[in-house]
This record gives sequence, structure tokens and C-alpha cells, in this order.
Amino acid sequence: MSNLLLPLAEGGAPPVIEPVAGDGVLGLLWLIILLPLAGAAILLVGGRRTDAFGHLVGTATTAGSFVLGVLAFLGLNGMEEGERTVSQTVFTWFSAGDWTVELSLLLDPLSVLFVLLITGVGSLIHLYSIGYMEHDVRRRRFFGYLNLFVAAMLMLVMAGDYLGVFLGWEGVGLASYLLIGFWQHKTSAAVAAKKAFVVNRVGDMGLVLAVGLLFATFGTTSFAEISMMSAEASQGVMTAVGLLLLLAACGKSAQVPLQSWLLDAMEGPTPVSALIHAATMVTAGVYLVVRSNFIFEYAPSAQTTVVVVGCVTLLWGAVIGCAKDDIKKVLAGSTMSQIGYMMLAAGLGVVGYAFAIFHLITHGFFKAQMFLGAGSVMHAMDDDVDMRHYGALRKVMPITTITFLAGYLAIIGVFPFAGFWSKDKIIEAAFEVSYVAGAAALIGAAVTAFYMTRLMLMTFVGKKRWDDKVHPHESPLTMTIPLIVLGLAAAFGGVLILGEWIVHWLEPVVGVHGEPELFVPVWVLTGIVTLTVILGIAVAYLLFGREDIPREQPQDVSEITRAARADLYGDLVNEEIFMRPGQSLVGGLATFDKTVVDGAVERGSLGMGGLSDFSRRLQNGFVRSYAAGLLAGAVVLVLAIALVTVA
Amino acid sequence: MSFPWLTVALLLPLVGGAVVALLPRAGGQLPKMVALGVSVATLVLVVAMTTQYDVGGGMQFVEEHVWIEAFGAYYALGVDGLGLAMVLLTVILSPVVILASWDDADEGRWSTNAFFGWMLALEGLAIGVFAATDVFLFYVLFEATLIPIYFLIGGFGGPERAHAALKFLIYSLFGGLIMLAAVIGLYAVSAGSDGGPTYLLRELSGLPIEQNTGRWLFVGFFIAFAVKAPMFPVHTWLPDATSQGTPGTSVLLVSILDKIGTFGMLRFCLGLFPEASRWATPVVLALAAVSVLYGALLAIGQNNIPRLIAYTSISHFGFIVLGIFVFNSQGQAGSILYMFNHGLSTAALFLVTGFLIKRRGSQLISDFGGVEKVAPVLAGLMLVAGLSSLSLPGLAPFVSELLVMVGAFVYSPLLAAVVVPGVVLAALYILLMYQRTMTGPTAPAVEGMADLKVREVSALAPLVLLIVLLGFYPTPLLDVINPSVADTLSYVGVTDPAPAVAGGTEAGQ
Repeated sequence: MSNLLLPLAEGGAPPVIEPVAGDGVLGLLWLIILLPLAGAAILLVGGRRTDAFGHLVGTATTAGSFVLGVLAFLGLNGMEEGERTVSQTVFTWFSAGDWTVELSLLLDPLSVLFVLLITGVGSLIHLYSIGYMEHDVRRRRFFGYLNLFVAAMLMLVMAGDYLGVFLGWEGVGLASYLLIGFWQHKTSAAVAAKKAFVVNRVGDMGLVLAVGLLFATFGTTSFAEISMMSAEASQGVMTAVGLLLLLAACGKSAQVPLQSWLLDAMEGPTPVSALIHAATMVTAGVYLVVRSNFIFEYAPSAQTTVVVVGCVTLLWGAVIGCAKDDIKKVLAGSTMSQIGYMMLAAGLGVVGYAFAIFHLITHGFFKAQMFLGAGSVMHAMDDDVDMRHYGALRKVMPITTITFLAGYLAIIGVFPFAGFWSKDKIIEAAFEVSYVAGAAALIGAAVTAFYMTRLMLMTFVGKKRWDDKVHPHESPLTMTIPLIVLGLAAAFGGVLILGEWIVHWLEPVVGVHGEPELFVPVWVLTGIVTLTVILGIAVAYLLFGREDIPREQPQDVSEITRAARADLYGDLVNEEIFMRPGQSLVGGLATFDKTVVDGAVERGSLGMGGLSDFSRRLQNGFVRSYAAGLLAGAVVLVLAIALVTVA
Repeated sequence: MSFPWLTVALLLPLVGGAVVALLPRAGGQLPKMVALGVSVATLVLVVAMTTQYDVGGGMQFVEEHVWIEAFGAYYALGVDGLGLAMVLLTVILSPVVILASWDDADEGRWSTNAFFGWMLALEGLAIGVFAATDVFLFYVLFEATLIPIYFLIGGFGGPERAHAALKFLIYSLFGGLIMLAAVIGLYAVSAGSDGGPTYLLRELSGLPIEQNTGRWLFVGFFIAFAVKAPMFPVHTWLPDATSQGTPGTSVLLVSILDKIGTFGMLRFCLGLFPEASRWATPVVLALAAVSVLYGALLAIGQNNIPRLIAYTSISHFGFIVLGIFVFNSQGQAGSILYMFNHGLSTAALFLVTGFLIKRRGSQLISDFGGVEKVAPVLAGLMLVAGLSSLSLPGLAPFVSELLVMVGAFVYSPLLAAVVVPGVVLAALYILLMYQRTMTGPTAPAVEGMADLKVREVSALAPLVLLIVLLGFYPTPLLDVINPSVADTLSYVGVTDPAPAVAGGTEAGQ
């Protein structure tokens, strides 16, 4: 894989972050975060008093942030290309010794795209949730958590310091925990929520140690300052930082080996899956890698590792997606896989950064669309998630079907839908650097086409397989409007690449990449990709499009299917390697503490004839003996000192 | 002469405690009201004193009077950043605990008056311990704090309270006895010096101590403080004490009194025996690292809530000791801040779970389930307290734990890597407890459980507010702590290592 080790020289050194103070709306960066945060505070502290209008507060504050985000974007756009980096120090968070950490915000071409994605998709999902959660008595609290998430996610992408990222990083982890476990009266939801938090914490160990190493190396954790000095650090240090950041990214972005929590996270309400576990939070790991380009560009081995993780995960998630009957879990496997694509692109360095972000945005559109579409279907099917009970829903849910179709065509990469542009670019970039990575991305495209076609066929096509008790219907307007908007975005999101706009937009942050050098002309590769996609569709049609789908899951299936149904044994491995030995360790230590550590004391090794004697006497009422003991002690003390003085 | 702030702050609760104890027994709410009033008055007094504090001005509000001339013992008080932080913690927590414990003494072995009287006495003595700048005075007050806490555990608690109280006492006396030997030894050293015997900290710190003697004396002090903190392997009294004492007693014990251990390490071990402290560093760091992981693993295995919290504290004390002995600014500032923050978060956790336990009449996690549905406010506050205990960013303990971790990393990346799993284990012990008590189907035994009352919420509110406030803005506290850390480090004779890559303008620092 030596051809994966990228030469540094290519785009020169990564750009240094040199922010200026902003004015106008660019001087109000803090307000973008404060709005949803205030919404969360009002809803969560205000309690039942805000039940009646809580959802409106939640939606309005997020929409307000979106408006500010658009204005900020226009503001940046109006500046000179090289100067589009604005920062703002809110206050000094803490300082100790020579280390001062400012709570500082940074808006540049990279973070502003995230701000738009988070608040834009976030607003739509808030709107959708008004309808989706209408009958839930705890709807107000749901919106409170959702707002908390938006605020934390904005903090994550707008922070100008690794510590600020950490604040947002665990903040979104908390929101994710609260929302996965929103229906916590179900034990499965509560367990899934805890699992997500704990697995993420495994990744966060990487972030803690990375912060330590960055401080020990640079004496600071601020992006701007580190980017100025990063050329001077040793490659070993940069590799270590890169790998530690990758560990954190694996946790947050559900990449192998920390992928296991994402499928369980589908216990959360569907709008949560759309916003947090598809469009935004799970992509934070990709953001972290791209943001830290001034680290990774000096750590080629760490970049290679990112590529490997991305390739493994994109196949891993895709395989899982093929075998699931739970519509949300298919989409979850798919999310894992698509983030694998982004990771792969991010690991390619300057060649891929812009495409990682491009795919991240289009994925945000089409995957949010499909999750909300799945929610619409579940809404119609009395919360049944089993696709084997669906079928022929296109007849009763036309809007949901058509918008979902847009998302479907986008994810499998059909011209001219959004995913066609973004995924193609990643496959091209992968081939440019390594045939292995390119092949993995190509195979992934075929598998994606297969499992998504399977999902479409099982859900919307074929014969109806639902009970007579169920009466599917189209969803209300608050739900279908977001579906339509996101469907349009999934269809036309590719415009971002027109004239290479997004590439040029991001150049001040990620650096300049010259003309791609491929082994074949680009149009040939595009043709090959399209053929593999058609192959995937065809196989799925042959298997699921011509015959009736059984209502019960068939059990006489291949080993691979069995493995994929069991999430490729990810949980089993965790159980065998960590959980069970961990439980034995905890149990063993508890016994050790009781019998050995405490036992030594309790059995009277203090040489006082055992505690039991004392305690018996104590219970007889000789409490005052303590006073006598104290007196005796004092006497001993005085005598001892007197002795020393005399001597 | 200036106003004796510290003497008044020490005497006010002591005298108030005596008054409460002497009030008529059938006084109904009266003794409680008086106790609350006295503790609030002490809080106001100390806050007023803090406004006079000169950041970076070294030891302040100093009072010195000869006490026992033959020993060189003085009645000497004063606070620097470290002492002030601890005194503040004491006076903030005392009224909270009194309010939260309002009805907890009504079925005790002794009267309500005694309960609140002892609590106030403890507050006064704790203030004295944190303000003492004379080793002998410190020792006397250190031992004296055992009396009220002994009666609080032994008189007002669970069925095994007598055993737990005695175990606590014997452990503490054992540690105290060893310290006594060291205190006497210190006398021998100072008596042999030119200036004659003295126990004054500022005089002792300039005293040349022969290397071996210094190391022996260090060990004497350190063992006493390790028992107090407590650290592995001298920790087993703590889970017993917290499971038998009332929640309020546990707060006073863990949040305030245990801090004397880590306070003492900074003030006396480092302050008197810098050479020996550095000599002992490898062993101390190893014990601290073991405490972090051992405490956390045992917490995961507990089915008894107060015992669980006790083990989490053993883990947290491991972090605190770690930060002290890595000998850099980040570690030590983190440790002192940790002492304060741990006081707040553990208090919140003990009190809110105490409310829960009182409602059900059981301390066992397995006796609960689905409480969130019937008592959402209780569940929410328990989650906030738990999240602060697992050091979630945005809540106070995060900053301190991160500073300690970074300090550990600067000292040795390997050390940081060894203790970093503590952050995963913390998530496990807190969230497992939350999951098993609060989520899932509502257990029949907790159906109809009442949510928190106004008094209970009022007791927790100041803690939660402070935890959030200090999570985002710990600067006022760090401004007080940092100069004190700088003094300690320069006294010990270490300087922070320069970053590997000296950046542009700061090069050559």
C-alpha cells in the first residue's frame, strides 16, 4: 500500500489559519449558538409551563440561527477569497500556568457550510417533528433536547480550539444519549442510549490524549496557533495526534471498530435518526479530520490509517444494510457506509478533503430525506419498522414515495441526482491515489445500489403485505413539506460542484489540488461506476422484484447473510473481548476488596483484638470511651513532647 | 489590628452549634431554622471576607498568637488560594446540607438538636483545619473533626452505623497516630534549630531538614492524608461510612472532610518536605493511578447507591492526588479545582440519591426501575449530578479533570494513557446506575413515588447552578488558585517544561 503514502509536496503546506475580527453579522457568531441554546434552556427549565408552545420556540430559534447562518455566509462570500476567516473570542474559558484556553469561535469557508447544513436541515426536522411527535406527551422535552443538540453541534463546528470542539463533541453526545433514550420506559432504548455514550467515550479517550499531546508539543490547543507551528513538529508526534483524533472520529462517526452503537441508536425517534444519526452528528468525525488538515498533512501514516478505516467501514456498513429487514437499520448501515466514503476521501488529503465535505453535504440532504421518509412510512404503519410487513405503499403514500425516490436515486448515484456527483468524485480521487481504495469504493457503490433497491422494492413496490388492522395514509403537511424540500435538495444538490464551486470555496482552508491524474479518462471511470450501479440494481430486482416477499424472515440463508443480520458480529466481539472479561474483572475486584483489602482490616490486623469486640462494647453504650481515648492521646502527646524536650 | 475574619468564621458555627444543641428539645422547627441561619451567616461572612482577598497576595487574613510557648505552637490562621477555595467550599456546602437534611434526624438515636449542632461544629472545625498555618494547631483540629463526624454517623444512620462509625474512627486514629509521631518528630527538628521550637508553617518551611529525617516525616504525614482522602488500599472505611450515614453526613464527610487529605498533601507534604515529596513521587503516582481505575471498577460493580458513590470518589481522589504529584501548573491547578468541583458534584449526587432512597426505603439499585416516569424532576437532577460526576464538558468537573489529565500527559504520556480509561469507566458507573434506577418499565414498588418537594429542589438548585457556572466560567476560582500553585511549584523548585515546539514569539521562554 506504499502508494497510499502521499507525498507532502503536492499542494504545498496546508494553509495557515489567520482569522480576522468580523463585523456586522460576522461579529455576532455567538448568537448563532446562543439562540438554540436559549431555546433549550427555556424548554427544559421552564417545564410544563412551556408545553403549549414549546415546539414553536424550538423551531423558531433554530430557524433564526439558519437565517443568521445565511447572512454570515453572504458576509464571508463578500470578502476577499484569502480572508474569509473570521474569529471571535467570547471569553477566557480557563487558564493554568502558561496555558490559556479561550472560548473562541471560528467561521471560515469550511465551518460555514456546516452551520448552514446543521441549521437548515435542523429547521426542517424541527418542523417535521411538530407533526411526528404531536401525540407524544413529552413533545416539549423532545424539542428541548433537539435544540440542545443543535447548539452543541454548532459549538463543535464553530469552535476555534480543540477544547471548544470537545465541548460540542460531548455536548452532541449528551443530546444523542438523551434522544436515543427518549422513550426510556423501553429498556432497549435506555440500553442503546447508554451504549452509544459509552462507545463514544472510548473514542473520546483519543481526544483527551490528543489535547494532552498538542499542549505538550505546542503549548496551545488553538487551531490558528497550531496551524502556524505544525510544520515544525516531528512526524512521529503528528502521527500520534492524527491517530488519536482518528480514534475520536471513529467513535463519533461509527467507524469500525467503534461502529457498534449506531444500529442500536435507531431506538430513538425517527427525526432524531435523520438529524443526528444521519445528517449531522455522525459526520463530526469527518469534520474533525478535515479541520485538522494541518495535522494530517504532516502525518502520512495516520492518513493511510484513515483511508483504511474508511474503506473497511464503507463495505462493512453496506453489507449490514443488505441483510436487515428493519427499514431504519438498513438506513443506519447505509449511513455508516456513506460516512466511510467521506472518511476515505478525508484520508486522501488535499485530493479528497473537498469531496469529503461535498459528499457529507449531499448525504445530509438525501439521508435525512430518506430517514424522514421512513418515519413517514412508520407513521402510516403504526410504528412497524419491518419492511416485510410493507409493500405497495406507493399507492397510498404518493408524496412519501416520490420524495423517497429522489433520495434513493441520489444515494445510489444516478445522474443527475446529488449523490452521482459527490460519490463519483470520491471514487475518482480514491483511484487517483490507490487502486485498493478505488476498488473498495467501486464495490461499495454496487452494494449500495443493491441494498437500496431492495429497500425500495420491499417498501413501495410489490403486493401489499400489511395487516388489515393497519390503514396506511399520507402524512400531514408539516411532515411532507420537509420531505419535499429535502427531496429537491437530494435531486439538485449536485449544483454545488458546478464550475467546481465547492472545491474553490474550500481551497483557502484545505489547500489547492491540481488536475486529477487517472489511469483512464474521467468519463470512462464514470461509465464503469454507472455500470456497477446498474449491476447492483439488477441483482436486487432479480432477487426481490419478481417474487413475493415472505412476511416472515427466511432462516435457510447463507453464512454471509446470517453474519450481516448479526451486524457482522460486532456486538459479539465486544461482548467476548470487553464485556465478559470486564464483568469478571469487576466481580473479582469486588470480592478482592471485600475479603482481602477490607478483610485484613475487619479481621483485626490493627492489633486491637478485632473490630467486633469493640463494636459490641460500643453498642453497650460506651460511646464516651472515645472521649477518654482522646484524653489519653493528649496525655501521651504532652509526655512525648516533654520527653523530647528534656532529651 | 485588622478584623479577625477567620477566627470569627471558625467560631460562628461552633458557637451556633452549641446554641442549637442547647435549645429546648421539643423545639420543632426552631433548631433547624437556627442551624440554617447560622450556616447562612457564616457563608455571608466568608463571602464578605473573599471580597477583601487580594489575588496573588500570598497568605492573607493572617492571625498569629502564641499558644503553647514550650512547643513553639501558635494559634495561627491564614488562607492562600488553596485554603480560601476549601473554606469557600465548606461554607457553601454547609447550608445546602442542612436544608437537604431537614427531616433526616427526626428518627435518629439522638435529638434533632444534636444532629444539627454537630453539623455546625463540624463546619467550624473544618474551616479551622483549612485555615491553620501552624502544624500543631492543624493536628489538633484535624483530630477534633473526628468527634462530630463520629457522632453524626454513629447516631443518625443505618442499622450498621455503629460498626461503620467505629471503623471510620479506628482508621482515622490509626492515620492520626502516625501523623502525631511525625508532628513530634517535626518538633524535634525545629527545637534543634537556631530559632528554637516552632510549629509555624512559614518558619518551618525555611528550615533545613536532613534528607532521611525529611523522608520519614513525609511518610508519616502522607499515610495520614492517604487514609483521609482516601486512597487505595486504605479506603475501605469510606463505603461503609457513606452507606450507614445520612446523605448529609456523607456530603460533609466526602465533599469536605476527605479534602483535608489532599489539602494536607499540598500544604504539608509539599510545603514542608519538597525533597521527600519528589522522592516519593513514583510510588504516590502509582497508588493514585491504581485508585483511579480500582475505584471506578468497583463502583461499576456496586448495587448499593451510597457505596457506589463512595467508590467513585476514591477514583476521583486518585485524579486529585495524581494532579498534585505530577508537579506542573496544569496538574496542580487542576487538582485544587478538582477538590472544589468534586465537592459540589458529589454533594449533588449524594443528596439527590438520598432523596430517592428515602422515598423507597432501600439503598439497592435493584429495588428501583423506571423512576423517571413518576418523578421526572428527581430523575433530571440525578442525571445532571451524574453527568457532572463523569466530567461532561460544560459542567464544572470537566475543566479540572482535563487539567489533571493534561498535567499527567506533560509529566509522562504513559501515565496519562494508564488513567485515561477512567473516563470510560466513569460513563459506565454513572449511566448504569441511571439506567437501572430511572429507566425501563416502572417497578411496582416505586409506582406513586412523589417527585421532589420545593425544599429539596431548593437545596439542590445552588449546587446545580454552581456546577454549570463553573463549567463555563471557572476563571474566578482559577484566578485565586493559580498564584497559590505557582508559589508551591517554585518552593518545590520545579518549572513547567517548555512545549516541544517553541512557537514564534514565545521562543526562548
